[in-house]
Amino acid sequence: MICKGNVLKYGDHVDTDVIIPARHLNNPDPAVLALHCMEDIDTEFINKVKPGDIMVAGLNFGCGSSREHAPIALKASGISCVIAQNFARIFFRNSMNIGLPLLECPEAAIAAENGDELEVNLDTGVITNLTKGGSYTSIPLPPFMRELLSVGGLVNYTKARLEKEAK
Amino acid sequence: MGMTMTQKIIAQRAGKDSVQPGELVECSLDLVFGNDITSPVAIDEFYKIGVKEVFHKDKIALVPDHFTPNKDIAAAGLAKKTREFARAMGITNYFEVGKVGIEHALLPEKGLISPGYVVIGADSHTCTHGALGAFATGVGSTDMAAAMATGYLWFKVPEAIKIVLKGEMGPYVSGKDVILHLIGLLGVDGARYCSLEFTGNVAALTMDDRFTISNMAVEAGAKNGIFPVDAATLEYLAAHGGHPGTAYTADEDAAYISEHVIDLGQIPPTVAFPHLPENAKTIREAEALHIGIQQVVIGSCTNGRIDDMRAAAAILKGREVHEDVRCIIIPATQAVWKQCVDEGLMNIFVDAGAAVSTPTCGPCIGGHMGILAAGERCVSTTNRNFVGRMGHITSEIYLAGPAVAAASAIAGYICGPRPLPAEGGNES
Repeated sequence: MICKGNVLKYGDHVDTDVIIPARHLNNPDPAVLALHCMEDIDTEFINKVKPGDIMVAGLNFGCGSSREHAPIALKASGISCVIAQNFARIFFRNSMNIGLPLLECPEAAIAAENGDELEVNLDTGVITNLTKGGSYTSIPLPPFMRELLSVGGLVNYTKARLEKEAK
Repeated sequence: MGMTMTQKIIAQRAGKDSVQPGELVECSLDLVFGNDITSPVAIDEFYKIGVKEVFHKDKIALVPDHFTPNKDIAAAGLAKKTREFARAMGITNYFEVGKVGIEHALLPEKGLISPGYVVIGADSHTCTHGALGAFATGVGSTDMAAAMATGYLWFKVPEAIKIVLKGEMGPYVSGKDVILHLIGLLGVDGARYCSLEFTGNVAALTMDDRFTISNMAVEAGAKNGIFPVDAATLEYLAAHGGHPGTAYTADEDAAYISEHVIDLGQIPPTVAFPHLPENAKTIREAEALHIGIQQVVIGSCTNGRIDDMRAAAAILKGREVHEDVRCIIIPATQAVWKQCVDEGLMNIFVDAGAAVSTPTCGPCIGGHMGILAAGERCVSTTNRNFVGRMGHITSEIYLAGPAVAAASAIAGYICGPRPLPAEGGNES
């Protein structure tokens, strides 16, 4: 699968409280969460983001609260994948579980700038910066996580497995 | 190669003789829980899996603690959805307002966590329960859903960081100062994906200190923070009707990616400045800046237990909260609340001019019961000082233990107990 879109870039330690502030967690509807995504760090985000856009960030992206509303909000806002130098672990799990692709690639994350156009091959993990011309390979996902993403997340994975066990 | 405490628990529950860091395994679960924010999302995902029953009615806990007592109509809907699911599934460990407390204080108090357990909670501070020698880690709602359906979950076996404690804590120092100091040392991602394995003179710490320390392991990025089981652990379990479980000890040749020796006697009261928990400063550094504050919060899953209430009361006794400060005290559970009444702490709080709330996560997550306006500063015994966490994005949160929080409430600026005038007098 290929993602292609423009870069929206942020720094280190972007926490899930700024991705989606708790004051909006009283309504978990993805469309409503998307309206407030990133508003505490970038009030213009929801006006800038276009379907397919790629979020790029520094270290420890998604740290803090375990709220799954954070990757849900990013996905619902149109973000196709997130590239970071590295990710906080609960955010990583949550994103895999809901089918939001994450790529750990320090070189690509450092090189990319706001507005660059990137092409990401999720099968090979190759990230190409179409604006600047560089090409990078992200740290490959373990087979289990590739399987999770390919079936659309943990719900489908668990459903298929329980059906198989029942036979 | 030997294994750490965490690795041994994971191996046992994965049905293996040994595990290696980085390995992906599936473990059976002893307790799966969520709150009023994370459970409703999990409930929708649970039904999508297509199962009709939860894996075990007694091994799931639903704890509506975040936006309760319901802060608005939408939040009331979340609580209702959680309640109805609990009833439909016959879940035994559902706790209604009036019985509910903050999940990470309540569940150990109810005897639901034991040494050697594998515990997951749809809340990042689930690592709190490592204080009892369990492997406990925070997950999201979809993980909670799959776990409620099947009773097992996938984990990556973590690498370990060893924290060796020595010495005894000085006056006005508590577990909060220890963990803020440690996060200052490690950084907010210094233990990313790792287990923090505490060892050494753990006997110097009360159980409440240990809960506070394990609670904030996640603020260094850790997967879990685990303590060995000792006499204090067993005493706590006995007092709360908890099963003694299985105590695991680390092998002599267990591998750690790093080791840090913490001399408890050298740790001063510590404050983490905005906007990351790693911005640790000593109380002397903080006092020198004379930072005026408008609010103090004493409570949360980090510091809402009886030790914390007693530490705050010892300083508030016979003194008055500064006229520019709103001091909000939130005992974490109904049992802690009642103990505050029985020990006379409530009178001290009210006489000092503090507001005492029913148990709730409330202000810690910027939910309700103490939201900050633009530019306001708060000293809080909670766990995160991120941008906008407790309110407006220009507000500031300074994390501290209950002694510093109570002293600051009296002084009106960030300070430790030492500069305060004697009981009964206020600094003018």
